[in-house]
Amino acid sequence: MTEGRKKRITHNLIAVWSGSLILFLYLPILTVMLASFSKQRYFRFPVPAFDGKWYERAFSSLTVRDLVSTSLSIAVIVALASVVLGFFGALAFARFDWRGRRLYQRLVLLPIFFPQAVLGLALLIWFSSVGIIPDWRTAVIAHMVWIVPIVTLVISIQAYSFDPALEEAAFDLGASRWQTLKEVTLPVLWPGVVSGALFAFLLSWGNFPLSLFTTGADQTVPEWLYAKMVSGYTPLVPTLGALTTTSAALVLILGYGGWVLMRRRQAR
Amino acid sequence: MTATTEIRATETDKPRHRRERRLHVSPGLLTALPVLIFLALAFAAPLLAVFGYSFMPEGTFDFTFPPTLENYLAVFSGSYYISFAKSLGLALVTVVLLMVICWPIAYGMAKLFGRWANLMTLAIIIPLFVSENIRLFGWVLFLIKGGVFLGGLKAWLGFDGESILYDVPAIVLGLVYVYLPFTLFPMVLGISMVSREVTEAAFDMGASRWQVFREVELPLATPGILIGGLLTFILSLGSLAESKILGGQAVIMIADEIETAFTFGQNWPLGSALSVILILFSGTLVLTLLSWVDLDRILGRGGND
Repeated sequence: MTEGRKKRITHNLIAVWSGSLILFLYLPILTVMLASFSKQRYFRFPVPAFDGKWYERAFSSLTVRDLVSTSLSIAVIVALASVVLGFFGALAFARFDWRGRRLYQRLVLLPIFFPQAVLGLALLIWFSSVGIIPDWRTAVIAHMVWIVPIVTLVISIQAYSFDPALEEAAFDLGASRWQTLKEVTLPVLWPGVVSGALFAFLLSWGNFPLSLFTTGADQTVPEWLYAKMVSGYTPLVPTLGALTTTSAALVLILGYGGWVLMRRRQAR
Repeated sequence: MTATTEIRATETDKPRHRRERRLHVSPGLLTALPVLIFLALAFAAPLLAVFGYSFMPEGTFDFTFPPTLENYLAVFSGSYYISFAKSLGLALVTVVLLMVICWPIAYGMAKLFGRWANLMTLAIIIPLFVSENIRLFGWVLFLIKGGVFLGGLKAWLGFDGESILYDVPAIVLGLVYVYLPFTLFPMVLGISMVSREVTEAAFDMGASRWQVFREVELPLATPGILIGGLLTFILSLGSLAESKILGGQAVIMIADEIETAFTFGQNWPLGSALSVILILFSGTLVLTLLSWVDLDRILGRGGND
């Protein structure tokens, strides 16, 4: 066997292995999709009969509407607030050179590397000790502890490629600090801000361990799904699971499309 | 009289002037403040509260009691070490399995796939946005008796097997599944730091494939591998959903014990003591890990592409 042939075989093996990995990653998601169209109350494979009735039920259910509106409110507020904090956080992370920067960079990353369930519980007892009764608004705070660092990181990656000479030029031309921020810095970092917002929205929308302990009497979609998986199973579980997955994918595709458009406009 | 007021005026003006200049000098600190204040209130303060509660007597709900070590004694004399040991063991098995699974893929993404690597990255990132418990529930439907795997085997091959669900292998599968990207991506970064010239030079000097792997590629890619491994280790150590959804009650993870102490047990001090031990353990690992990494280099390079 020649060297070249041996190499080709290895490469093909690696490609097959990587392809199997992608299949492995999507296998459970595809299974949920399949189960959501099953007619039976309990999922069986091969599926004896398909039906869309669980989707009709999901769309007409008031519980589902409540769950979606809670999840949506949390995700939207988390996305907006995280982007504002993350924008300034990213300037401190990547744009400015200052004395405490190395320490700051590491402090900001700590919540990402933290067991989320423990973080949720810590927040729960913290809210209780200062006399705040948990509801969906405390979940916003909880999500932000984890998501603000991620958004800061995402915008930072954009801020690293930022040329400080642009800001200096604006200063020299007599712009105020606020004008420079609004007219120079923000437009340049805009793609990072948009992808940061997208990440924040989706991560909050799908989050379970933080919501579990911090929503109080309110309930998000992932929490409800978990509760029903553990006891009182209903076929709405795969249906709602498939629906939230599809909507997340839609948001991602629309967001990505918008991002590409913006890049093109910026390049012009 | 006028002279003294003048002096006073300049004296009070001076510090204000200096403060204004300092603000100009450090816009970094100024822009860092919102995030820092937020994290101080919503991250540091809760952790301090947990730390404080861990020294309160059993079953209390405020800080007004004299501090005691009884919770830590309870942790060390009770059977909690079993949960700790099992969590550590599962985390370790997960890391080792992921290293082996990810190496060829990371190698392919860093060196072989070219443009396909970007698509591959996207395909691996997308499932991260699907709620963890939906993905784990998909595994339940796949693995359960009569589910996709066993149902398919029975219908098409006539083979009747037992489900691996609700036992240790299913938990390991869940952990490997959920934390795969956290091992893979740092590993890709690590391997892409090994330049082609170096490996080719080693081959030219007569090294075998295995020697190149062991003596050249592995040592050079080590930073990325270590980061990914530690990250995966820490996250699986504190995981909760995998053992609950896929494992039934087969293994009680340490995060499970903490949850039980806080919720069903209504024993905040005990839950806090358990949390403090977990936090100190993984926190030390994280800080060590972060002190090795040059964030500016890794992130800055990503932004310039």
